[in-house]
Amino acid sequence: MAAFFVRRVLQGIVVVALVATIVFLLIHAAPGDPFAAAMEDPSITESVRQTWRHAYGLDRPIGEQYLRYVANVFRGDLGFSISRQRPVVSALADALPNTLLLMTLGLIGGFALGISVAVVQVRHRGKALDRILGGVSLAFFAVPDFWLALLVLVSLTSWLHFPIGGAVDPVMYDFLTPWGRFVDRVRHLFLPALTLSLLYFPIIARHQRASLMEVLPSEYITTARAKGVDERTLIRHHAMRNALLPVITILGVAFPALLTGAVFIEKVFSWPGMGFLIVSSIQGRDYPLLTAAVILGAVFVVVGSLLADALYRLLDPRLRDER
Amino acid sequence: MNADTPFVIAGYARRGRRWLGRDRSARFAVILLAVISVVCFLAPLTAPHDPNFQPDIVKLRNAPPSVEYPMGNDQASRDVLSRLLYGGRLSLTVALLATLVSVTVGTAYGAAAGYATGFVSTILERILDALLAIPRLLLLIVIFAARRDMPIGGFILILGVTGWYALARLVRGQVLALKAQDFVASAKALGATRMRILTRHILPNVVSPVIVAAMLGLGHVIVLEAGLSWLGIGVRSPDASWGNMIQDGSASLDQMATSWWIAFFPGIAIVLTVVAFNVLGDALLKALSPRQSGIE
Amino acid sequence: MTEPLLSVENLRTYFHGAAAVAKSVDGVSFVVNAGETVGIVGESGCGKSVTALSILRLIQPPGRIESGSRILFEGKDLVSLDDAGMRHVRGNRISMIFQEPMSALNPVFTVGDQVAEVARVHGTGSRKDAWNRAVEMLTLTGIPSPGERAKQYPHQLSGGMRQRVLIAMALMMNPALVIADEPTTALDVTIQAQILELLLDLQKRLGTSILMITHDLGVVAETATRVLVMYGGEIVEEASVRTLFDAAHHPYTEGLMNAMPQISDSRERLNVIPGTVPPPTAWPTGCRFRDRCPYSWERCEREHPPLYQISEGHTSRCHLAVEPERRAHPHLPLVEQTGAIL
Repeated sequence: MAAFFVRRVLQGIVVVALVATIVFLLIHAAPGDPFAAAMEDPSITESVRQTWRHAYGLDRPIGEQYLRYVANVFRGDLGFSISRQRPVVSALADALPNTLLLMTLGLIGGFALGISVAVVQVRHRGKALDRILGGVSLAFFAVPDFWLALLVLVSLTSWLHFPIGGAVDPVMYDFLTPWGRFVDRVRHLFLPALTLSLLYFPIIARHQRASLMEVLPSEYITTARAKGVDERTLIRHHAMRNALLPVITILGVAFPALLTGAVFIEKVFSWPGMGFLIVSSIQGRDYPLLTAAVILGAVFVVVGSLLADALYRLLDPRLRDER
Repeated sequence: MNADTPFVIAGYARRGRRWLGRDRSARFAVILLAVISVVCFLAPLTAPHDPNFQPDIVKLRNAPPSVEYPMGNDQASRDVLSRLLYGGRLSLTVALLATLVSVTVGTAYGAAAGYATGFVSTILERILDALLAIPRLLLLIVIFAARRDMPIGGFILILGVTGWYALARLVRGQVLALKAQDFVASAKALGATRMRILTRHILPNVVSPVIVAAMLGLGHVIVLEAGLSWLGIGVRSPDASWGNMIQDGSASLDQMATSWWIAFFPGIAIVLTVVAFNVLGDALLKALSPRQSGIE
Repeated sequence: MTEPLLSVENLRTYFHGAAAVAKSVDGVSFVVNAGETVGIVGESGCGKSVTALSILRLIQPPGRIESGSRILFEGKDLVSLDDAGMRHVRGNRISMIFQEPMSALNPVFTVGDQVAEVARVHGTGSRKDAWNRAVEMLTLTGIPSPGERAKQYPHQLSGGMRQRVLIAMALMMNPALVIADEPTTALDVTIQAQILELLLDLQKRLGTSILMITHDLGVVAETATRVLVMYGGEIVEEASVRTLFDAAHHPYTEGLMNAMPQISDSRERLNVIPGTVPPPTAWPTGCRFRDRCPYSWERCEREHPPLYQISEGHTSRCHLAVEPERRAHPHLPLVEQTGAIL
C-alpha cells in the first residue's frame, strides 16, 4: 500500500503545480488589466493604481511574475488579502475548518438520506413508492443550490425559529455555558447542513439504487435467499456490502464539489467558511484570496480521489491481495 | 463528414422517433422541453408585457400575482412573467451555445488524446487530469470577478471553455476502447489513414455518449449561469436571466418572505428545465447503451 | 406405501416478458420419497433449474409460479405458503446447492460466516454455537484445517473446496431434502468424482433425500435411483436408473445416451442430437421434440403426447408407446430436412 500512496502523492503534486500555472495564466494573460474594473471608480487615482500594480508585481514581465508566484506558493506564502487585511493563509486557515465541518455534516446527511432512500426504493422496486422517490430525487438533483438554500432559509427560519445566519450567536455566544455554546453551534449548523444533505442525497440514492439492483440478481443473493434469509437483511447486509463499493467512490468526487457547492450555501446562511470568504472577496477584488482558494480546491480533488481509492481497496478484500 | 453522414443521421432519426413513442419519461421530457423552448424563444410574441417596462414604481412595486401580471411584479414593478420568458430565452441560449463550445472542444481534444500514442498521449492525459482538478465554479468566479466588463459572447465562451474536460475524458476513453477493436484493425489493414479511421469509423461511435453528456451538461450550465448571475457576475441587469431574477427577489429575508413570487418562479423554471434535460439524458443513455459495445 | 417427502403436481413456471411469455416449466409432476436420490436430466433450456428454483420459491419477477401448481412438502403446499413459512423451509427443511461455487458465495464475507449464517437464521443458539457447528460441517465435508479455512474468503479457496463449503451450508440444519443444481458441472473431472462420493456418503449417513439436477448422464448413473428426463419444459420420461440405461423409451433419452462419448468407441465423430432446443416462448405444437426426432410422424404434430405408462415405474411422453412399429422406420429429423435453424 505504501508504494501506492507515494506514487499518488507525487502525481498529485504535479497536478497541483499544473493547476497553479493554469490559474496564473488565466488571470494574468487574460485580456485587460485586473485593475481595469477599478476604472469604474474615478476616485482611484492613477498613482494609487500604479502602487497597486507595483505591490502586486504586475509591472514586472510576466515570466518573472510567474516564477515569483510559484516560489511563493511552494513556500506557503499565498499573498496578502486586501479585503481582509491579513495574510491569505491566515484567512483561509480560519475559514477552512468551518467549511470542512459543514461539508462533513452535509456529506454524512446526504449519504445517510441517500442510502436510506435507495434501500426503500429497492425494497419496493418497480412499485409506486420506488417511482415517487425517484421523482423526488430527480427534482432535488435539478434544483439550483442557492435557490434551495433561500427556500430553506425563508421557510424554516420563520416557521421553526432557526437562526438566520452565521456560525454562532454574535451577541450571546461568549456568555453561554459550554453546553449552551454547543447547542448554539448546532442550531446554526442545522439549516446549511440540511440544505447540503438535500442537495447530495439524489446522486447517492441513484447510484446506490443502481448498484443494489445490479447486485440483487447475483447468485450469492439467491444462495442467501435459499438459506432462509429475509428480504430486509438481504438488501441491507448481503447486497449492501457489495453495492456500497461504487457509492464510496462518490466520496472522491464529492470532495471538490462540496467545496464549490458550499459557496452558495455559505453565502445564503452567512456561514463563515471558504465559500463565504470567496464570495465576499468578489466585491473587494481580492485576487490573491480567490487564486489561493482555487488552488486549494485542486488540492482537495487530489486528496479526495486518493482517499476514495484507498477506501475502495480497504473495503474489497479481493483488491487487498493485489499489488 | 462524408457521403455516409446523411444516412447515419437518418438512421438515428428513425430510431429516435420509434424510441420516443415507447419511452414514457422521454416523451414527457421532450414535450416539456419543447414547450419551454417555444414559449421562451418566442418571448417577443408570448410575453404579455415588455420585460423592462416599469409601469408604476409606486403602486405596483412588489405587487403580488394578479390577472394582468400572473406572476406578480418585482421591486421595479416589472412583470415577472415577461421577464421569466425573456430571461428563459437568454439563459437557454447561453447554455446551448456554451455547451456547443464544450462539446466541440471536448470531442476534438478527447479524440486527439485517445488516438495519439506514446508521449503525446500521456502529456495530453496529464493536462486533462490537471484541468479536471480545477473546481469550475471557483475558476469562473475568479475570472468573472476579475473581468467585470465581460461581454456576453466572452461569457459564453469562457463558460464553454471551462466545461469540456469531463467530456474530453469520456471521448478519450471511448476512442481508446474503439481503437483496440477489430474493425479499426481491418480498416488499417485496408490502408486507411489515421485521420480517416478517426473520422469515419471511430467518431460516429462516440456520438451517442457525447449527446448524453451534452444533455446533462446543459442542465449543469443553466444552474451555473443562474448561480453566477445571482452573485452579480453573470448576466447583468437590466437584462433578465433566471439567475439575476432570483437575485432581485432575494435582496433581503424580509422581501423573500413577503414578495416570494419574484424569486420563486424563476427557480421553478430552472428546476423544470433541468429535470427535463436530465430525464432526456437518462432516457437517451438507456436507449443507446446496448449499442455502446458495437458498431451500428 | 408411505407418503412421499415431496410431491410436485402440475408445476408451471412462466416468465412474463414484455414481448412474450416464456413457459420454462410447463406442467411438471413428480415425487421424491424419503431417503431417495432422484435425478433430473436434460439439456440447458429444458427447465430443470427453474423447476429446482420453483420448489424453494426462488423465482423472481417477471417469473412466477402459475396458479394450479402445487408443491406438497411436510403437509404444506409450498406454493401458497406465506413468506415467513417459506423462509422457515429454506435452508432448514429443504436446502439447495448451486452450480457455480464462486458466484454462489458472497465474496466479501468469510466462508465460515456464510455457513454459520444458516444456523443463525434458523437456530436459537449463540453466534459462537453457529460458528462451531459451521466448522463441524466443514470437517464433515472433508475440508482440511476447517478452523482456519472458515476464516478465509471464497476467492482464497479452490473450486472443489468451495463446493464442499456449499454442501456444508446445505447440510447445516440437517434438511430432509437437498436440491443439488449441477453441483459438479463447474469442477474438474477428478474433483467431480470426489464431490459425488461425498454427497452419497453424507446421504447415507444423514438419510437426506437428494434431488440431483444435471445434464450429465454419467452423474445420474452414479448417484440416482430414479431418473426424470426433461425436455421442452416437461418431463418426457421417468424410470429407475437401471431401466433408463437398459431400456430407454423416449427418442430424446435415446439421443442423450448415444451422445455420451464412449472410450471403447471407434467412431471418429460424436453423435449429436441435431437441432437445438426451441425457445420457451414458442414451444412447438404437438410433441415438442418432433422436429429433432428420427421417428416422428404426423400424429406427433397433431397431438401433444401424454405420459404413457410403459411398465411399472416407467413412463414416456411419446406416441411410440401406442404405435411402437413406427420405431422401425427412422428418418432424417425434420430439422435436418428443411435446413431450418431452430
